[in-house]
Amino acid sequence: MNLLIKGGRVIDPSQGIDGTFDILVENGLVKEVGSMLPAPAGTETVDAAGLIVTPGLVDMHVHLRDPGLEYKEDIVSGTKAAAAGGFTTVACMPNTKPVNDNKAVTSYIIAKAQNEGVVNVVPVGAITQGSKGEALAEMGDLKEAGCVAVSDDGHPVTNSELMRRALEYAKGMGIMVISHAEDLSLVGDGVMNEGFTATELGLKGIPWAAEDAAVARDVYLAECTASPLHVAHISTAGSVRIIRNAKARGVKVSCETAPHYFSLTDDAVRGYNTNAKMNPPLRGAAAVAAIKEGLRDGTIDAIATDHAPHHLDEKDVEFNIALNGIVGLETSLPLSLKLVEEGVLTLPALVEKMSCNPARILGLDRGTLKVGAVADLTVIDPNAAWTVTAEGLASKSKNSPWLGEPMKGGAAYTIVGGKIVYQR
Amino acid sequence: MGFKHKDIIGLQGLTREEIELLLDTAENMKEIMGRDIKKVPTLRGKTVVNLFYEASTRTRTSFEIAAKRLSADTINISASTSSVTKGETLSDTARNVLAMKPDIIVMRHAASGAHHYLAQRVSCSVINAGDGAHEHPSQGLLDMLTMRQKFGRLEGLKVAIVGDITHSRVARSDIFGLTTMGAQVCLAGPPTMMPPGIERLGNVVVCSDMREAISGADVVMMLRIQLERQGKTLLPTLREYARYYGLNPEKLKLAKPEAIVMHPGPINRGVELSSYVADGDQSAILTQVENGVAVRMAMLYHVSGGELPTA
Repeated sequence: MNLLIKGGRVIDPSQGIDGTFDILVENGLVKEVGSMLPAPAGTETVDAAGLIVTPGLVDMHVHLRDPGLEYKEDIVSGTKAAAAGGFTTVACMPNTKPVNDNKAVTSYIIAKAQNEGVVNVVPVGAITQGSKGEALAEMGDLKEAGCVAVSDDGHPVTNSELMRRALEYAKGMGIMVISHAEDLSLVGDGVMNEGFTATELGLKGIPWAAEDAAVARDVYLAECTASPLHVAHISTAGSVRIIRNAKARGVKVSCETAPHYFSLTDDAVRGYNTNAKMNPPLRGAAAVAAIKEGLRDGTIDAIATDHAPHHLDEKDVEFNIALNGIVGLETSLPLSLKLVEEGVLTLPALVEKMSCNPARILGLDRGTLKVGAVADLTVIDPNAAWTVTAEGLASKSKNSPWLGEPMKGGAAYTIVGGKIVYQR
Repeated sequence: MGFKHKDIIGLQGLTREEIELLLDTAENMKEIMGRDIKKVPTLRGKTVVNLFYEASTRTRTSFEIAAKRLSADTINISASTSSVTKGETLSDTARNVLAMKPDIIVMRHAASGAHHYLAQRVSCSVINAGDGAHEHPSQGLLDMLTMRQKFGRLEGLKVAIVGDITHSRVARSDIFGLTTMGAQVCLAGPPTMMPPGIERLGNVVVCSDMREAISGADVVMMLRIQLERQGKTLLPTLREYARYYGLNPEKLKLAKPEAIVMHPGPINRGVELSSYVADGDQSAILTQVENGVAVRMAMLYHVSGGELPTA
């Protein structure tokens, strides 16, 4: 099917485009970007007047829970949630059951996503076998099978020597290492950010230094090995500062943050709200300001959701035993658009962080509307008004801190390979 | 004024008038405890479930005696002998207990916030008998009652609380209650046991030296070192702890001559308190225990919305 997307504000930072244009899609590829384009016979037209047309959004950090934990999410429901959130590509973390540390699991994910998924799924393999932090996973095989990066996400590689070798080995295999930066000895049995709120609630705190110390270690290991490193879900002022300094001296480091780290503080935990329990934990107002500054000055390359679906039974418990994480695919875009309203980012800069940069970091041929590129597009309605409800979320799990909250903005159309996979 | 709350989850958020009402009622209850027949029919026909997920002797017994003195039927459930050992969730336990139509659940739980969770899910009243490191409101009230009995007031008292503040639900309830009532609270303890931002909880001063905290104090509250929680990183040795943060007669001289010494128990003798202090003239520890029953009677009475105990 061919498509003509007419009269939208086209923002494509990969080409420096920001203006009102039409986009013609033929055979799943971008055929032409221009003005007043005629629609060839048999072309479906999408009226994008008043809407924003961008390269398809890329979420470089999601948990699809498939295989093994399908009661929380699976590749079908997860990719539907992604499409509803405006994402055309998602990178899924390896903490499945079994762990994605071998070709067989990677192949399963890719095959199921191709057959049943509605958006592109690119798997992230494990750094270590079983993500146990003991022995390197077969990164060559993982890459050959289709993994775009390796990470033990959810678990830091605590052994510094092993992390050093992982960076070196991955570099040789041409695959990116994504660090889950957390010093577990400092985390202890903490369950939320260390600070006044934790003191008042009587909950064990996790100091910001637990993240900073681990980010610093991994940045120095990346520098020492001259290997590229991507740091996942940063949440502290220290992480921003360490990565900013590292970039300034030429270390090949990139990083992401998630919408909750620039939208909420640890005050959200009040009432022992388990939907505000995540890892790393929500921090204080100063950290939120530092994350926004990191986004503004380019230290933070990408906005990822860390979409972490959990079943109600895993959240409807005492705070200290509730599992970490929230669903994020369907709320990421409106929360991120707030950064534009607040003047933290321009719209093109936001598109870079939600599409071009994650695609570039993962080495994907996405994040662009160049002629000949695969026609993955997101058409954004910046004024769409909606409310987050459990019933309205496409994800199987409903663990969102924004349930009942009004949102402004969202995907009007999500287009993957020239096919409309979601329409508001 | 009446007591408007269905539950008592903590002293945080209670007004001065509400705390005064609970303390005044406890004084009335003490009068009942002085009678030959220490029982009134106030809660006759009411069922109180003591749901204890953590080991406890004095608090559970105190609540049970309190309920019985008000003629309530009491049932004790402890986690070690309940379906919790079969993996039952708190939510399911709550539903099952509620199906038996209790009027009041008194719960102790190791998780901070467990009572908040429970109170949102049950229609009966919930009384917190200690949740993790969050609150222990009956202990806070009995501490305040003991102080008020000694000094006739709470406003303007200097109360030193010494020890492991981070893990102490007693400290939090004392801080919330005492600062609401106009007392000044001085905290001291090893920095490894002092949680960040604690001074923002009210009229609270953190002292670097225990001597500074207890100097001129009306009340010295010594907290229990929870040997089971300390691990090996918060303290080098109990010997050193006792030397720097333990209370002995010499240090006690820094407090006002009429000062009282309190401790929520159980005491680690020779660690927080020397036996000379624990058993000395200034010790109010057993008064605290006695007041505990009266305070718990007052709490049960007010959440049940019963009539005044005149019989």
